[in-house]
Amino acid sequence: MADPMKIRANVVGDSTEVKVLMNHEMETGQRKDAQGKTIPAWFIQNVRVTHNDKVVLNAQWGPAVAKNPFLAFKFKGGAKGDKVKITWVDNRNDTRTDEVTIA
Amino acid sequence: MRMTTIGGAVTTLLLAMGALGALHGCATAPADDAVAARAAASLKSSFAARGQAGLQRLDQDETQKLCSEYANRPLPASVAEKIQQANLATIRYPADGKLVGDWKNGEKIAQSGQGFQFSDGPSLYRFGKLRGFTDETRKYAWGKVYNADAFSACSNMPRFGHSAILTEQQLRDVVALLVDPGSPVNQ
Amino acid sequence: MRKVAAIVIGIVAAAVGGAFAQSSTVDEIAKYREALQDGNPAELWEARGEEMWKTPRGPKHVSFASCDLGLGPGVVKGAYAALPRYFADANRVMDLETRLLYCMVNQQGISEADATKVKFGDGSARRSDFEALAAYVASQSRGVAMNVRVDEPHVHDMYQLGEKMFFFRGGTHDFSCATCHGEDGKRIRLQDLPNLTKTEGAQKAYTTWPAYRVSQGELRTFQWRLNDCFRQQRFPELVFGSEASIALTTYLAGRANGADYNGPAIKR
Repeated sequence: MADPMKIRANVVGDSTEVKVLMNHEMETGQRKDAQGKTIPAWFIQNVRVTHNDKVVLNAQWGPAVAKNPFLAFKFKGGAKGDKVKITWVDNRNDTRTDEVTIA
Repeated sequence: MRMTTIGGAVTTLLLAMGALGALHGCATAPADDAVAARAAASLKSSFAARGQAGLQRLDQDETQKLCSEYANRPLPASVAEKIQQANLATIRYPADGKLVGDWKNGEKIAQSGQGFQFSDGPSLYRFGKLRGFTDETRKYAWGKVYNADAFSACSNMPRFGHSAILTEQQLRDVVALLVDPGSPVNQ
Repeated sequence: MRKVAAIVIGIVAAAVGGAFAQSSTVDEIAKYREALQDGNPAELWEARGEEMWKTPRGPKHVSFASCDLGLGPGVVKGAYAALPRYFADANRVMDLETRLLYCMVNQQGISEADATKVKFGDGSARRSDFEALAAYVASQSRGVAMNVRVDEPHVHDMYQLGEKMFFFRGGTHDFSCATCHGEDGKRIRLQDLPNLTKTEGAQKAYTTWPAYRVSQGELRTFQWRLNDCFRQQRFPELVFGSEASIALTTYLAGRANGADYNGPAIKR
């Protein structure tokens, strides 16, 4: 399985603020290696976040997103102790899921 | 006792060194010499040749040695003079006497990693305009780009001609950037 | 050159909005960097490094728990802020990487050749253990004031040697470190160059390495920084852990004494 994400989730007012760092090469498919061969595209295509099993974010990404992407967002609701789960899937169908407790 | 050779002439810098040694703080001149020698040797053993960069690049010539020595203290006029004279003697002018090339190429060279960053250098702004578009200016420009230490001992500017960083034609193009009335430098 | 993140709809990420037109490019880059501090990918290396520190490895199946970085076996907190230092068991002054290598070879039984196969990583397929460990160890000195023991005789010796090297003019371009780092207000293209001959400059510079280098997409250490400087100076290649690398690191770390260590940071 791919390397773990680093996730932080905090209650801010009546919302929950989530910040996540993902470990991913995010190859655009435009770069060439030292021998001149194109390095194949390899990037996260979908990011899905659930709060207590309810989807709060669904994102479609493309090769424009940077390597080791950092994602920060807020959603209404959420309380200390609740679970936030994040899953990404890339164009190779590799996937990674990590969970965090809201602080 | 410390002897230095510059372009064949044997020069004694003992007096200059001794006087400055007293001003140098905790290190006396001979001890400082020892550290310098050790630093040079240590550097040589701490590098590996890679691509076109061989270990001989770590061998200092006299100019580099002296400029390193005086890096942190005032350069005595006599030492500066000797450095300038020695570097002046290295300047080679093109056999056909043509010193000026194409400023458009010169601009490319100046902006590439190969050349110098003169966007920060007030000394080159309106170079030709301020000095006059004369033969004398062209000759000076050539000399300066060929070997800046000939005019300014221990200059930060690489010795583009003397160290073969730029080819003769590239030097002409950079000179053109400086002295051509049509060059952006002189607008 | 890596593409800058284009964060999708509905997301609050790098908050560099508004009037680009007025500010200079350098200011915008500074804003971008500030926004990125919050999501520094260096943390991914720190996490990997922490895992590596605690896991038994090598033929002798030993973790780094017995590795003494100067404050006692296994003690990581505050260790980076006091490096480089003299180690009696190795009878040399060592920086973090050379000390880690020492533990890998002498305690974990890994050959030097194997341990140094990848010094500077290149993508997920070619990772450097040193970079992950350095990120972790350095992170444990966050907020600690730099306190290199420059009065210790061996360290003092390296410090003086490093100082001499800092001003060593050489190579095809007559460059020394001081050529770029010896005056205020210098820069290469859009990158401001710290004046390392001034205490303030030295403190600000040294306390931000290791750092995640966005343009590299990698966490880079001070050994890498020196190696890459010399490459730009048109010198041959600085050998990893060589005496010159230790001397220069000792000089620059010592010059940073008193300033709080701030890394791992994030840089362009």
